[in-house]
Amino acid sequence: MTIRKLAQGATRAALAICAMAGTGAALAFGDSTVTDLPGGPKVMGLDFQPAVTEIARQQKELHYGMLIVCTVIFVVVFGFMFYSIFKHRKSVGHKAANFHESVAVEIAWTVVPFIIVILMGAAATRTVVAMKDTTQSDITIKVTGYQWKWGYDYIDGEGKGLGFISTLDTEQRDLSETSRPAGNDYLLKVDNPLVVPMGKKVRVITTADDVIHSWSVPAFGVKQDAIPGFVRDAWFLAEKAGDYYGMCSELCGKEHAFMPIHVVVMEPKDYTAWVDKQRKALAAAADDPKKVWEMGPLMARGEKVYLANCAVCHKPDGKGAGPVKPLDASPVVLDKDINAQITTVLHGRLNGAMPAWQGKLSETEIAAAITYTKNSWSNHTGQLVEPSDVVAAEAK
Amino acid sequence: MSAVLPQPMDHGHGHDHDHDHAHGHPHGWRRWLFATNHKDIGTMYLLFAFTMFLVGGTLALLIRLELFKPGLQFFNPELFNQFTTMHGLIMVFGAIMPAFVGFANWMIPLQIGAADMAFARMNNLSFWLLIPAAIMLASGFFLPGGAPAAGWTLYAPLTLQMGPSMDSSIFALHIMGASSIMGSINIIVTILNMRAPGMTLMKMPMFVWTWLITAYLLIAVMPVLAGAITMTLTDRHFHTSFFSPAGGGDPVMYQHVFWFFGHPEVYIMILPAFGIISQVVPAFARKRLFGYTSMVYATSSIAILSFIVWAHHMYTTGMPVTGQLFFMYATMLISVPTGVKVFNWLATMWRGSMSFEAPMLWAVGFIFVFTMGGFTGLICSMAPIDIQLQDTYYVVAHFHYVLVAGSLFGMFSGYYYWAPKWTGVMYSEFHGKMHFWLSLISFNVTFFPMHFLGLAGMPRRVADYPMQFADFNALASIGGLCFGLSQIYFLVFVVIPGMRGKGEPAPQRPWEGAEGLEWEVPSPAPWHTYETPPQLDRTATKVIG
Repeated sequence: MTIRKLAQGATRAALAICAMAGTGAALAFGDSTVTDLPGGPKVMGLDFQPAVTEIARQQKELHYGMLIVCTVIFVVVFGFMFYSIFKHRKSVGHKAANFHESVAVEIAWTVVPFIIVILMGAAATRTVVAMKDTTQSDITIKVTGYQWKWGYDYIDGEGKGLGFISTLDTEQRDLSETSRPAGNDYLLKVDNPLVVPMGKKVRVITTADDVIHSWSVPAFGVKQDAIPGFVRDAWFLAEKAGDYYGMCSELCGKEHAFMPIHVVVMEPKDYTAWVDKQRKALAAAADDPKKVWEMGPLMARGEKVYLANCAVCHKPDGKGAGPVKPLDASPVVLDKDINAQITTVLHGRLNGAMPAWQGKLSETEIAAAITYTKNSWSNHTGQLVEPSDVVAAEAK
Repeated sequence: MSAVLPQPMDHGHGHDHDHDHAHGHPHGWRRWLFATNHKDIGTMYLLFAFTMFLVGGTLALLIRLELFKPGLQFFNPELFNQFTTMHGLIMVFGAIMPAFVGFANWMIPLQIGAADMAFARMNNLSFWLLIPAAIMLASGFFLPGGAPAAGWTLYAPLTLQMGPSMDSSIFALHIMGASSIMGSINIIVTILNMRAPGMTLMKMPMFVWTWLITAYLLIAVMPVLAGAITMTLTDRHFHTSFFSPAGGGDPVMYQHVFWFFGHPEVYIMILPAFGIISQVVPAFARKRLFGYTSMVYATSSIAILSFIVWAHHMYTTGMPVTGQLFFMYATMLISVPTGVKVFNWLATMWRGSMSFEAPMLWAVGFIFVFTMGGFTGLICSMAPIDIQLQDTYYVVAHFHYVLVAGSLFGMFSGYYYWAPKWTGVMYSEFHGKMHFWLSLISFNVTFFPMHFLGLAGMPRRVADYPMQFADFNALASIGGLCFGLSQIYFLVFVVIPGMRGKGEPAPQRPWEGAEGLEWEVPSPAPWHTYETPPQLDRTATKVIG
């Protein structure tokens, strides 16, 4: 078959496919309302997302470098091939040469690529080492993957003690399910984004509760698997305030596509303000030890606290087991002086066989649990221990 | 089909008529069920693999259908994950691996001048094990909870959450692994013991060499896969905790074990294709293969290096910095012997006298597109870049460039090259070329945009995606449909006519520049060939008596 026939075949095939592709593209281009999402994907993006960390910038530069080297090699090598294809063909009367070996050439094309890959490896090494250096961070955040949401706990640095769960906005899941996708942040919008300060080194410790997930934010150049039973870490230092987005990057079950990552990077003073606001909100939601309780609600609360913390040893019926003392008809519990039991609960007994609960449970929880034990089973003291009594005992 | 396939009645090469009948060869369905003839078994392997290829391809089109537009249109995410998982498992274990075993069965005895495979009955068993295994694998869709949905890599602990189909799939993989190991033993013993006198190891055709190395890889790593999935099985049912973190197990350990199998597996799927290309290029350049010795050494180095690079699939699991560096350097090293192979093919073409019948078109297409997959592999091997690319569509693009444009195009090249010997008729050159151009273009329309999707951050194995990814996904879906239809074209216009014996009768040596013992027997190859060892010339490519 001649070149002309070949070209005809190719053209025909290409035209057929282009026609079909054109029809399809026209369908897909229908929604022109979608635009680039800053800190997230671009429409028809051809490249990495814009870098806002040094690591992401280095990744991008390495990638450009590799693209250039590979393209040059590709063009040179296939330049030779296509030259040969057009010149050294039987149909133009080319007669086959008879060489089939050349030690010099073979050594050359083993050694030269070897040197090229060594240079490539050397270029990447600096970034690998930098990526793995998670020391001297300003803020440490534990990221926990759950099926199918992310848990964020600030465990060190400014904001320590904060913690919340971040889930895909429920409306987004409905849009997906009913096939009405819309919006620039479709499938990327969450209820509680992670908030971090700009210009601070943030260390992320990942783990998971069920299966492996992967916490990924392309703009930061971070992708770290979250592995149940293990902790791993990664870091980033964002140089620009804004919203940044990623998606879970390890198959984690049916809702894998629906657990995005949204990070808000704030100016440090805005971050401080955000932390204050979060703390106040937390405090408002917490128990107020000055509150005066009625018997009914305090007993109900106490039962919950007892079953969650005490019943594992003292048993739900208060009878204890083995070396564990029964609370039912216990002299300490029945003591007229409420402080006898409060002290025991706060500070523990028998070298911690009865643990010290001060600091582990709130004053309200301790008061509720004690009130519950004083008025359950065969115990009918009628005594009501208020959180303020516990506060007073702690002060002693 | 029996119109053309060599009949048990046919005789080879100065063969005695009565002797043939004395064996009492079974006919009808018994011929296939009790098959011990390497050509019959090879045919069955190829038909089985093509069937699985169509099943796996259908699953791929269902995936592309759902991804054509953002939003869930057709399937719930759970079913979508089942499709991706089963597409991978079926293509790897049901299509590519058995297809290459089919090529090996047909061609190795013919190429080394042996009468048959060394263990003819084991050969029968290793094929027929595939049928129940494939049924068990595919039946997962009909079990409670559907097919496995943990990805073809079957990562723990997600596999521990799967329904009963996970167990049937594990058993299916066990059986397929056993079949592969038997096939490999058979191939190794055949190659090492049954070569015609005068064919030394360094005179073997490249396809035989690459399969010898592949067979060793298979024996080394299939038991590792079996171990990994068996531990998954006991974690699921017998309260062991190899990978279950609840009992102190390590999910990352699964990945290490899996990829210790998985990376050599990648080369298991590509080395035989290298062998085919190394035979087709010299035949159509009418010039000897350049650097035969270095080809053998390069193939061996690739095989050996493939054992020390597995954790480049795991850069994001959080390896220590030394681990990342080691696996990065080792992986980049593989590009050296791979480059040597590409250069050797080009040097073979250089100053040849080339013609471009379908086998050569596919071979050139293979070299061109496979090299693109090789370059993206080099880019992925760089740990810092891979942090961006891991588990995105870039990786999907990369491995389809090496597995579709690599393994599959290599097999098509081999099909067009050897089918005249199998069927006794020439395929239609027009249809072969149409098949090539349709496949090449639609393949690139499907998978090239996926590079961009991955660079832009689209994760793989998602049933729905942000709106910004819509355009390239639509394009990839259209390309995928065209690629699928191109393969139906191949079935209808090339395979079926060939099996029915439609077409010009094939001469004994249909290709002017083809060398090797397979061209020393008539077309179609008689049912028995080389029953007595042939006497070879000095190059071990011609029979002289």
